[in-house]
Amino acid sequence: MTSIDAADLKRMFDAIAVAIEADKDRLCQLDGVIGDADHGIAMALGFGAVRDALAPLELTATEPTALLNTAAKSFLNAVGASSGPLYATAFMRGAAAVKGKAALEGADVVGLFQAMAQGIQDRGKAEIGEKTMVDAWLPAAQAAAAAHAAGKTLSESLAAALEAAERGAEATKDMIAAKGRSSRLGERSLGHIDPGAASAVTVIGAMRKSLA
Amino acid sequence: MQTKKIINDGNRTVDEMLEGILAAHPGRLKSMEGSPRSIVARDGPRQGKVGLVIGGGSGHEPTFLGFVGKGLADAAAIGNVFASPPPDPILECAKAASGGAGVLFMYGNYAGDVMNFDMAAEMAAMDEIEVRTVLTTDDVASAPRDQRQKRRGVAGNFFIFKAAGAACERMLSFDECERIARKANDHTFTMGVALSPCSLPQTRRPNFEIGPDEMEIGMGIHGEPGIARGKLKTADEITDEMLDKIVDEMAPARGDKVAVLVNSLGSTPLMELYIMNRRVKQRLDDIGVSVHATWVGNYCTSLEMAGASVTLMHLDAELQTMLDYPCDCAMFRAG
Repeated sequence: MTSIDAADLKRMFDAIAVAIEADKDRLCQLDGVIGDADHGIAMALGFGAVRDALAPLELTATEPTALLNTAAKSFLNAVGASSGPLYATAFMRGAAAVKGKAALEGADVVGLFQAMAQGIQDRGKAEIGEKTMVDAWLPAAQAAAAAHAAGKTLSESLAAALEAAERGAEATKDMIAAKGRSSRLGERSLGHIDPGAASAVTVIGAMRKSLA
Repeated sequence: MQTKKIINDGNRTVDEMLEGILAAHPGRLKSMEGSPRSIVARDGPRQGKVGLVIGGGSGHEPTFLGFVGKGLADAAAIGNVFASPPPDPILECAKAASGGAGVLFMYGNYAGDVMNFDMAAEMAAMDEIEVRTVLTTDDVASAPRDQRQKRRGVAGNFFIFKAAGAACERMLSFDECERIARKANDHTFTMGVALSPCSLPQTRRPNFEIGPDEMEIGMGIHGEPGIARGKLKTADEITDEMLDKIVDEMAPARGDKVAVLVNSLGSTPLMELYIMNRRVKQRLDDIGVSVHATWVGNYCTSLEMAGASVTLMHLDAELQTMLDYPCDCAMFRAG
């Protein structure tokens, strides 16, 4: 396994943009059931803006931290909404976690992944079980860290993360929303998957495929 | 099936709307150089005055930018349709509105808006601008009474912003402006009903499904599901259902005064709003509450959604003065 540099991270963001664009309508439909039907639009807009902002970068002269900060700023300014601050904070925390490194080893990528999940949780102040993207991101980060600690490869660690994210997103069906717009629905949010958790699975899936 | 809209490009609707608004109101509004989604009152901000910045997603016009003008909000940050603006345009609004006496951020209580406005407030603090935030939480249908702080801000924004804007315009202190803004929110109660969905310009698909003979009581201004769905009732029955809940919470005494707002969510016509207002007046007369002022029309919409909301503001002498105080906005004037 070779290490991950800025060019790899750019490819990862391009892959996320493609995956989210393909998933846009499903995410809007999920959001329409318990929210305001725009989650797919916001996510596609955000990752499209990231792709456009990263395209002109001179990658050999760019460190992962600078690339992640560019991604954060472009995502935030294109989107606003809830997903803007959440994903922008994720990328900024990720950027801080890998500061000073030109190439990332497996441990660095797992650390970046954990910092992203922590950033989302800190910004949104959501806990596990509140039917948000945290229900996918946090177990995913924990699974990646556990797999890495057990001596698994980066590819295996990210596969474990994806599996945990999928389980976490699925579990949001049985949760009553406690954060975000759907929290005013009470029990009417039961039985529906949280769109933010669903899109997290798509993002993490694209990361795994791209970085593995 | 896609809905019909008079648009050019679903991704350009907000920017093209802003171009049209600035073209219509060049004497009152301008956008900030390099930040086209920061809309500022030409003669609003001034030295020593507390600045009032409002904002939120597009699709609710004339909320928010229609209430930018002398005597009301100094600036509004404009987001995508139904999506909070990001921190940058909010920060530019704060800078434009700042007269050295502090800046109030006022907006509806939604998770996305809170995150973006809080980030902007942190950035403003680095520029030595003190920001205080007053969230609007007037939608009685969105959380129980003992959880008022969890409720959404909806059409009652209009009254709450108006009162706060007057306090700022009268050059009151930062503490006083904040106190009056909070009081205005505490005294304002809204309840809505939706009859048919709206559709986002990017998808042009109805954003919820509702039967041809159904209505949803308590639906949010982004089509978020409400508290109950039932058969469509008469105007009087619907208005009664809303007023029962509002009056129960407001608990007015005989002889108290209120301001009334009967608001269309987009496509419900004035005819129907006035039929509702007729009932509002009858009901208030019955309980001995007098109507100080009434507004009927499109004040906080949800694109082309059909439906309406009723808002009452429970007035005392102070709030009445603030409501009556002159203002001159692109889409609203008083005094």
